[in-house]
Amino acid sequence: MSTRATFLARRVVQAAMVVVGVVFLSFFLVRLAPGDAAMAIAGETGYSDPQYVADLRREFGLDKPVLTQFGIYLSKVAVGDLGFSYQKRQPVYDLIMERLPATLLLAGVVIVVSLIIGIFVGAVSAKYAGRFVDGVLRIFLMAFYAMPSYWLGLVLVLMFSVHLGWLPAFGIETMGGDPAPMARALDIGRHLVLPALTLGLFFAAIYARLTRAAMLEVVNLDFVRTARAKGISETRLFIRHVLRNALIPVVTYAGLQTSALVGGTVLVETVFSWPGIGRLAYDALIARDNNLLIGIFIFTSVLVVIFNLVTDLLYVVLDPRMELGK
Amino acid sequence: MSALRRFLRNGTAVIGLLAFLAILAFALLAPVIYPGNPLAIAGAPLRPPGSPNLIAGSDMLGRNVAAGLAYGARVSLVIGLLSALLAIVIGAVLGAVAGYFGRWVDDAIMRFTEFFQIIPSFILLMVLIALMRPSVTATICGIALISWPQVARIVRAEFLVLRRAEFVEAARVQGFTTTHIITREIAPNALSPVIVIGSILVANAILTESALSFLGLGDPNLISWGYMIAASRSAMRLAWWTTVMPGLCIALTVLALNLVGDGLNDAFNRRLGEGGRA
Repeated sequence: MSTRATFLARRVVQAAMVVVGVVFLSFFLVRLAPGDAAMAIAGETGYSDPQYVADLRREFGLDKPVLTQFGIYLSKVAVGDLGFSYQKRQPVYDLIMERLPATLLLAGVVIVVSLIIGIFVGAVSAKYAGRFVDGVLRIFLMAFYAMPSYWLGLVLVLMFSVHLGWLPAFGIETMGGDPAPMARALDIGRHLVLPALTLGLFFAAIYARLTRAAMLEVVNLDFVRTARAKGISETRLFIRHVLRNALIPVVTYAGLQTSALVGGTVLVETVFSWPGIGRLAYDALIARDNNLLIGIFIFTSVLVVIFNLVTDLLYVVLDPRMELGK
Repeated sequence: MSALRRFLRNGTAVIGLLAFLAILAFALLAPVIYPGNPLAIAGAPLRPPGSPNLIAGSDMLGRNVAAGLAYGARVSLVIGLLSALLAIVIGAVLGAVAGYFGRWVDDAIMRFTEFFQIIPSFILLMVLIALMRPSVTATICGIALISWPQVARIVRAEFLVLRRAEFVEAARVQGFTTTHIITREIAPNALSPVIVIGSILVANAILTESALSFLGLGDPNLISWGYMIAASRSAMRLAWWTTVMPGLCIALTVLALNLVGDGLNDAFNRRLGEGGRA
C-alpha cells in the first residue's frame, strides 16, 4: 500500500473510533441522570406500578447486562436510530434532519463571510503593520474576539432592527411572505445578515489575526526577496506570493473550527430564533428533553468528524507535499 | 526576572493587567459597596443609568443593575479561575505522563486528548450540566473537562523535549525517582507556556460560563452576567442598559485577560497557537 492509502485508511479508522467514543460517552451520560428511561416514562404517564416499570425495563432491554445494552445502543445509532423525543412525540433523527438545512445554510455562510472578512482585514493590517490603520484594526479584532457572541447578536438587533429598522430581528423568513423563489431567497438573505455577522465577526477576528501573523512571517522569507529582485510589482508580490502562502495556516486552522462553530450556532440560533439544530438543542434543554439533547450531541459529533475527514482527504488530493504518517 | 520586566514594559499588557485588577477589586468589594441581596428589589423598575442610587440603572423588576454586575463579577471570576486551575491540573498531569513516557502511553493519551478536541464540546457541556443539574461545582467541572486538552498538548510538547535534556539525564543517573524527575526537574522548566495558556483559559472559561448562564444552565441561586443578559432580553427594547452593561463587563474582562495573555506570551518569547472556544 502507498503511504497515501495507509494515511487515509488510518484517518478513517481514527474517525470511526471517535464516533464509537461519542456513542460510548452518550451511553454513560444517559445513565448519569437520576432514574432511567422506564422510570421517566412511568413518571410521565403517572402510572408508577412496579410491575409496569419492570415491564418497561424489559421492553427497553434495561434488565440486560450493561455491555449488551451498549451493543444494542451502538447498533441502533449505526442505522440512524437516535431514540424518541417524548416531548415532541417524534423520532430524534427526524427532528434533527428537519432542522439540518437551516443550520448548514447559516454555518456555510458564516465560514465564507468570516474567511473573506478575516483574510481581507488581516492582509490590510499586515500591509500597514505598525501604522495607524493597523493599530485601529487590531483594537477592533481584540474587541470582537472578547465579546460573547450571543450578546453581540442582541446588540446588533438593538441597532439594526429596533432603532434603524433595517433588518429582521428573528426567524429565517417572513411569515406569509411572497412565495416567488427570488423574493423568498431575498427574504431569507435579509434574515441571514445579522446571525451570520454575529458569528462571522468572532471567527473573522481569529482569521485576521492569523493572516496578519502569517503574512508578516512570509514577507521575510527568501522566495519573496527573490521575487522582488526579479522586479515584479509590489501589489502582485503581496497578493500572489505573500498572501497565497500565508493562507495555508489560516485555512488549516479554519478547518479545525467546526466544533467551535457548532457551539456558536447554539447561542446565535437561540438569540435569533433561527430554526436550526442549535435552536433545537436549546428547546431540548428548556424542555429537559434529554433524548433529543444527546441525539444532537451524537449527530453533531458525527457531522464534525465527517467534515474533518473530508478536509483531510482534500488536503491529500490538493497538496502533494503534505506531511504524511503523522 | 527578565520576563517580568519585559511584561511590565509592554503597554497594552499592563493596561490589561490593571483592568483585570480593577474588575477583581470590584468583585471583592461587592458586599461593601452593595450590601444585601443583589436579586432583591432596589427601587423603581427600568430606571436609566445615572438615576439616584442607580448608577447603572435598574432592570424590569427594579433590581439594581450595578449591584448585579458586582456580584456577577464574583461568580464569573471564581468560576473562571477555578475551572482554569482544574483544567491545568488535569492537562498537566496527562501531558506530563504522555510526554515523559512516550510510546504507547503517549499514543493512548493523545488519542484521548484529540477525542475531546474534535467533538463539539459546548454541546457536551450542555448535556453534562443539564443531566447533573446546574450548580457552580457542575459548571467548574464541566468547563475544566472541555478545556484541559490544550494544556495537555502544550505540556506534552515541553516534556518531549525536556526529557532528553542533559540535566534530566543527570538526575536519572543520580538515581532520583521518576516522580522526582517529573515534578522537580522537568515541571518547573515547562511552567512558562502553562502560565500563558492559563490567562487565556480563564478568559475562555468566563465566556463559556456566561454562555451557559445565558442558556439557563447557571446556578439558579446566584446572579451572573450571562443570566442578567438572558433576563433582560424581554425588556431590551425599553431598557438597553440592562442588556448592554453585563455584556460590556464580560467583554472587558475577557479582553483584559487576553491582553495579559499576549503580554505574557511576548515576555516569555514563545509562540503558541490560538485557543479555540465555544
